[in-house]
Amino acid sequence: MVSVKILGTGCKKCQTLEAKVRELVASNSIDAVVEKVTDLQEIVGYGIMMTPGLVINEKVKSYGIIPKDEQITNWLKGN
Amino acid sequence: MNYLSNKLNKEISKFLIPVLLFPLWLLLYLNLEKITDLLIFSLIGLTPKTHLTDAIWFFVFEVPKVLLLLTLIVFVVGIIRSYFSPERTRKMLGGKKLFTGNVMASLLGIVTPFCSCSAIPLFLGFIESGVPLGVTFSFLIAAPMINEVALVLLFGLFGWKTVLLYMSTGLLIAIISGYIIGRLKLERFVEPWVYEVKAGHLDIEEEKIAFTRRITAGIDAVKEIVSKVWIYILIGIAVGAGIHGYVPENFMAGLMGKSAWWSVPAAVLLGVPMYSNAAGIIPIVQALLEKGASLGTVLAFMMAVIGLSLPETIILRKVLKLRLIFTFVGIVAVGIIIVGYIFNFIY
Repeated sequence: MVSVKILGTGCKKCQTLEAKVRELVASNSIDAVVEKVTDLQEIVGYGIMMTPGLVINEKVKSYGIIPKDEQITNWLKGN
Repeated sequence: MNYLSNKLNKEISKFLIPVLLFPLWLLLYLNLEKITDLLIFSLIGLTPKTHLTDAIWFFVFEVPKVLLLLTLIVFVVGIIRSYFSPERTRKMLGGKKLFTGNVMASLLGIVTPFCSCSAIPLFLGFIESGVPLGVTFSFLIAAPMINEVALVLLFGLFGWKTVLLYMSTGLLIAIISGYIIGRLKLERFVEPWVYEVKAGHLDIEEEKIAFTRRITAGIDAVKEIVSKVWIYILIGIAVGAGIHGYVPENFMAGLMGKSAWWSVPAAVLLGVPMYSNAAGIIPIVQALLEKGASLGTVLAFMMAVIGLSLPETIILRKVLKLRLIFTFVGIVAVGIIIVGYIFNFIY
């Protein structure tokens, strides 16, 4: 099971990223738990200074941007 | 082999897009006035010198002009920004002394990617890694106030001089306000939990990025920003066109002109709670100016609207006590008022 966290306080980009990740998880039928993290201390705990952050299996994969679909799918599949 | 040459082709085509588009851009930009005349008078056949024609001409000319400028500058800034990241900026600012730190932070505020929705994580990240409070504030003041959209519009509508004046006075406000906040030793008005935060450290390696990837970053920036601000530009220019066509000359002189000494503080008071991005406010500003408002008053209004926004201040409440927020807004507002008076005095 893949653990996915989207870090963000609720800006538009964060919502877009969350929706996109959920969609990709569903369309690729990946066994994943997607969680939105809004707690500031927890967000900063991952060391990012730009939201949204994308954390997969507790590793920060990207921050401040919405990565391309292809890239996200690859990360979700563990590459 | 085939795969490799395909990949190479793709890389080259990325260079080609901007290289091929630029002459087209230039041709269009330089001939915009003629094209507008052709369209309005020859093709549609509107009667010159009526209020309606004036307003329509203004709109048809300004919209493509501003969008063209915006596309070019956002593309260039997107490439420049790909060389800077908040991490790198933070590293440069860590442990810097007051003043030197404030100057650097204000300059870095212009080129580091920043979005007001990331203001808090950025604030925490800076403070946690030992960037002084006053230096952090210089960054937070300069970053939104001096942004590429504001500079493009100022250049497009008022020319070089105004851009330089806006940029240099904006920088001065950021440097001095941050310096004063640092000097006042206001650390005790930061919420205590801020200093207890243990920020994690990113292990995303800063790889060497190929230049083609930076071009992609520029193109992405254009897509993102233009798709976000075009509607504000359209509305702003439409309002501007209305003022341009219908409001009598010198109508604003009494209200926002030099002789009205109270106009600068009034403009700032009005501007602080207003929230708009540069794209929406500048076309209106241009029209006001044309009708006799003075440059200092109008610039002060603009700086207050863009640089001090209510939503951002409310977000900052999560990490700052009210006293510090009021001090911050107060110092910056006074700075803007002084700049307004200086401009009115010079021009």
